[in-house]
Amino acid sequence: MPAFPLVQIEETLSNDYLQNAVYTSTGRLIVKRKDLVSGAVLPEYQELRDQANRIKRHTIENLDYYLEQLESKVVERGGKVLWCRDGGEVVDFLVKLAAEKNTNLIVKSKSMVTEEFGMNERLAQHGLEPVETDLGEFIIQLAHEKPYHIVLPALHMTRYQVADLFTEKLGVEREEVIEKQTKIARAVLRQKFLHAGIGITGANFLVAESGAAVMATNEGNGRFTSTAPKVHVVIAGIEKLVPRAKDLATFLKLLARSATGQPLTVYTSFLSGPRRPNEIDGPEEFYLVLLDNGRTKLLADREKRQSLYCIRCGSCLNHCPVYRKIGGHNYPWVYSGPIGSIITPQYQGVMQSPWLPFASSLCGACAEVCPVKIEIPKLLLLLRSEVNKAKEKEHKNWLEHLIFRGWAWLMRHPKLFELGGMMGSAVLTAPESGGLIRNVLPFFRVGPLKAWIKERDLPPLPEKSFRQLWRERERTEKH
Amino acid sequence: MARDYILHKVRTALGRSAGQAPEEVPPARIAIPEIDFESRVRTFFSRIEELAGKTYRAESPEDARDYVARVTGGRSAVASNAPILAECGITGLAGVRYGFHGEPELREACSTAEFGITGADYALADTGSLVMLSSADEARMVSLLPPVHIAIVGKVRLLTGLDELFTVLPDPASQTSSMVVITGPSRTADIEQFLIRGVHGPGEIHVVLI
Repeated sequence: MPAFPLVQIEETLSNDYLQNAVYTSTGRLIVKRKDLVSGAVLPEYQELRDQANRIKRHTIENLDYYLEQLESKVVERGGKVLWCRDGGEVVDFLVKLAAEKNTNLIVKSKSMVTEEFGMNERLAQHGLEPVETDLGEFIIQLAHEKPYHIVLPALHMTRYQVADLFTEKLGVEREEVIEKQTKIARAVLRQKFLHAGIGITGANFLVAESGAAVMATNEGNGRFTSTAPKVHVVIAGIEKLVPRAKDLATFLKLLARSATGQPLTVYTSFLSGPRRPNEIDGPEEFYLVLLDNGRTKLLADREKRQSLYCIRCGSCLNHCPVYRKIGGHNYPWVYSGPIGSIITPQYQGVMQSPWLPFASSLCGACAEVCPVKIEIPKLLLLLRSEVNKAKEKEHKNWLEHLIFRGWAWLMRHPKLFELGGMMGSAVLTAPESGGLIRNVLPFFRVGPLKAWIKERDLPPLPEKSFRQLWRERERTEKH
Repeated sequence: MARDYILHKVRTALGRSAGQAPEEVPPARIAIPEIDFESRVRTFFSRIEELAGKTYRAESPEDARDYVARVTGGRSAVASNAPILAECGITGLAGVRYGFHGEPELREACSTAEFGITGADYALADTGSLVMLSSADEARMVSLLPPVHIAIVGKVRLLTGLDELFTVLPDPASQTSSMVVITGPSRTADIEQFLIRGVHGPGEIHVVLI
């Protein structure tokens, strides 16, 4: 069981650049989103959220039906469907495909699902060259890091770090101007696009009735990846479905607004099968990989299966007071923020990082901005109780167990309880306390309470306890 | 087999059995506002301009052609096979190459051209978007590879928004393998959230409404 990453979190908290970068970037997204969902601009916003929730619930609860419908439609359009239980099966398929197509170079557009199983590293081990083409992901890949944020993967890096990285890895002259850095990436990636044998994309939605994958990008890399190479492979989790193309009228209005504060992303692609006989360009082969990778585990629980409604907009991260302080790299898996805190324990098992559901103030901001209305705080509470149950089973919380046993015993013995209170009161009302417990009880300043008491204190006990006051009052009333 | 394994796990989790019909699907939410043509044009243009796109309202096909001639100034351009471009006389302009039906030649031309000129199957007023369906008339690369994209849109194609699009076209896959909704020039803000236009797609977009 990995420990709570205290040291790393403290490093993040004391890194001024990072604190500022995370705070301002997420802050900007908060403001942009707020403008676009306001009553003046989008009066039907709440209705859209309700509808999105309704459609997702319906789809997830009839998922087997829609998966089979999707499969038969993709095949009807000339595409091939591949089902994979885990990332290993995806890697095996891609390695075989690359050998069949006699290609090493693979271009790839941003996809969180492929991060789940470290696809790029695993393909590289097989001698393939997968290249991320989203600018942020390209940078992250060069730096061998994981995304800092679902939609802003390189949010934590400065232009100067990017300059170092490009010089070192691309062998170009040092360039600190962001516009020129973008041009360098464009030129490098343009060649990759035009020479890659396979293009891999994710999908924001899968439309069952159409047999289509829908993808939203801003840079155009998703379009390029699905256009230039001869083979296009879509890799998507089995939960990405919506029944009809018409449902996109709801979801597309919510996705970009919640993610980046845009009414729509620059490119929204609706892709179904390889190019048709009359079409001039586009891939000659189209594969849809439907990946489980633990998703079926999340389905079993009636309450928690709503975690699968998530459309990966990242809005809950932006609005989370915990994410905004500790950033994206202190979460144990690829999904950070509130959504990470509810799905990671379900994919990996609650005892893998038992502290995770507790890393929340339960302020509810995440649920308020979630475009598909996932009840994140409620799920956090459910997971907390699962952690506690699991700990009880493992008897790992013997200290807490002991304290509460003692407390319960004391509460059942009113005389002893009162005696304890009187003793406490006598000590703590001493004049040198100055109203603060830490001034009288030095043991509060050491051990586990030290950090807590440094910033706050308990109020001193009153001279008379509630029980004393109650007795006095009864006495006066009798007279 | 992975397929049966996954479907079995899904059904077990949901308490469903193979071949079981789904519950009734909630109706799609479609609301098409009544907006007169002139207001639609105003919204359409202002949305594009907010995204740093250029707009032009052409009085006639010749007017559209002249606008394109002013923008390209005889530099290299690739035109799609959309009939509207020939009708306007755009394919006859200096520097414009057209009539591509094979992928390798098209790819080569689009890789070097400074302008890509296309029609549009639909346009969406409330977001300032172009809707392009891949076909024999419209290849995907013309609006993707060159650094500047010029789209010529007939006024009958201007819809109110996504709701109307999916009403007119309830299943895009029945017509094409690729529909793309283009909203403004290609952009990124991945380094320090600094907005840059023109990453992989065109950094400049011109929309001419006839």
